[in-house]
Amino acid sequence: MTGDPLYIDGVDLTDIGIMAVKVLVAFTFLLVATMFMVWFERKLISDMQNRIGPNVAGPWGLLQTFADGVKFFFKEDLRPENADPLVFRLAPYISAVTAFLSFAVVPIGGSFGGGSSGTVTIFGRETFLQVADPPIGILLLLAMSSIAVYGVMLAGWASGSKYPLIGSVRASAQAISYEAALGMATVVVVILAGTLSTHGIVAAQSGGFSRWFLVSSGIVPFIVFLIAATAELNRPPFDLVEAEQELVGGFHTEYSSIRFALFFLAEFMNVITMSAIMVTLFFGGPAGPILFGMTWFWPTVWFLLKVLAFLFVFVWFRATLPRLRYDQLMHLGWKLLIPLILFWLMFISLKELRATHDWNWLATYGAAFIALAVGASLLLAGLRAGDRAYQEELEEA
Amino acid sequence: MVDTLVFIIAAAICLTGALGVILARNPVHSALMLVMTLFGIAVQFVAQEAHFLAAVQVIVYAGAIVVLFLFVIMLLGVDRAQNLELSILPIQRWAALVFAGGSLLLLGALIVVVNEPVTGAEAVGGTASGDENVRLLARSLFSDHVYAFELTSLLLVIAVIGAVVLARKPKATQSAAVEEQGDN
Repeated sequence: MTGDPLYIDGVDLTDIGIMAVKVLVAFTFLLVATMFMVWFERKLISDMQNRIGPNVAGPWGLLQTFADGVKFFFKEDLRPENADPLVFRLAPYISAVTAFLSFAVVPIGGSFGGGSSGTVTIFGRETFLQVADPPIGILLLLAMSSIAVYGVMLAGWASGSKYPLIGSVRASAQAISYEAALGMATVVVVILAGTLSTHGIVAAQSGGFSRWFLVSSGIVPFIVFLIAATAELNRPPFDLVEAEQELVGGFHTEYSSIRFALFFLAEFMNVITMSAIMVTLFFGGPAGPILFGMTWFWPTVWFLLKVLAFLFVFVWFRATLPRLRYDQLMHLGWKLLIPLILFWLMFISLKELRATHDWNWLATYGAAFIALAVGASLLLAGLRAGDRAYQEELEEA
Repeated sequence: MVDTLVFIIAAAICLTGALGVILARNPVHSALMLVMTLFGIAVQFVAQEAHFLAAVQVIVYAGAIVVLFLFVIMLLGVDRAQNLELSILPIQRWAALVFAGGSLLLLGALIVVVNEPVTGAEAVGGTASGDENVRLLARSLFSDHVYAFELTSLLLVIAVIGAVVLARKPKATQSAAVEEQGDN
């Protein structure tokens, strides 16, 4: 069942055509979705803050992003004198390309369960409704999110200016810290699904709500993933990277015109991709009831609705939560999320091991409980000792 | 045909990157060239059906280690061209030349003389692809080589603790420094 059935019997021109269409559709979809995401965010925040928001360009201000994009194209493209010319130009493209590539592994439709394996038939060929289904699936997402750090980091350094540099150092420290929690929450899902391929992960969740990994992994990995993803996206309340009160605009202070637009685009595109990844990992991807006719149509509708719900949540965060202080950010990441997801990972692995090897219920969980209790108390003691030493230092100073 | 083409392109990327690492004047450019080499190697892994290794290559080396390099370069402010005329030992350059030439000769001799696999060991993944590949790798790592694996992770933990201990100033000098600041 590994791999897209499109490539099983060799590759001919029709296959290449289907592939090209898929790439084109995904690319256009993501661009248009990003455009409306910007509008959606501005409009929703205005509603939450009792304002009207964009309402001039097009009906309900729908064309506002389009107008902004045109404006960006015609603005002067500035480059600071101290900037490193090559790297300064390279950085926005790294951000944009990684944002596009991550979306390629997300299955956006196809009916799973009930004997069908999530394929649709186009021009008489069976294929998955996703651009690519590499065997390493979800690892590609992690790889892309670690490459995306370069975009921000290099932008800040190459600007040759102090605020961008501070912003980019903050950004890379934050991204590296939260990537650990993000990765381990993903590992929990991979253990439950028994596969790395995104298509396989969705297939493993088919067959009703109780099979979704949100439920069967016990919600904790999802919460950790949501928090870590928000931090990874540099969205409020974790937007220290571009804290305008301290850093002007963070890493993109010196960017203008179309290069700034690329960063802007990448940021919103990443929000959409991350929402889609969460739907894939924890909410069964395109799973949902097929109401009438057209079996290929409904899964995509359910997928889009679920993604929309997450986009709403991200905007809601921004309108509700105040920004964290830098030490609070590091505290939350290293001292709370990572130990929590580590314990949860061990617990889930043990549960799976017990199921496969048929170990005694009481002995397994008894031993696990004792081990976890010892580990947790050691950790707590360590944290308290660290806090006390820190307080003493503060008092001495 | 396609395999050869992929190999040639990826090898060209690797070698260009490797040359760039030593020829670039700016340390940040060198680090970026290193990323390029790592990507080339990842492509070679994919061409050999070792998808998992390719992903790990990008996540760990390009995503974490070189980011740390860049971190240090940016924070310590060594991001400008270094004076290459400076050498620490008087015979440093000659010694480097001799060793580099020797290594090149040895490598060349190996390529000419040896015409069979050097270790004779088969790849763990074999011809398996997809999830089977990862499964076999994990089984080998956590059963046959479990001691080496655990010892390596222990070594890394020791290194982390050592770094923290070295980076922390002893309490006495720290409070002295604080007092000094207070006086000024």
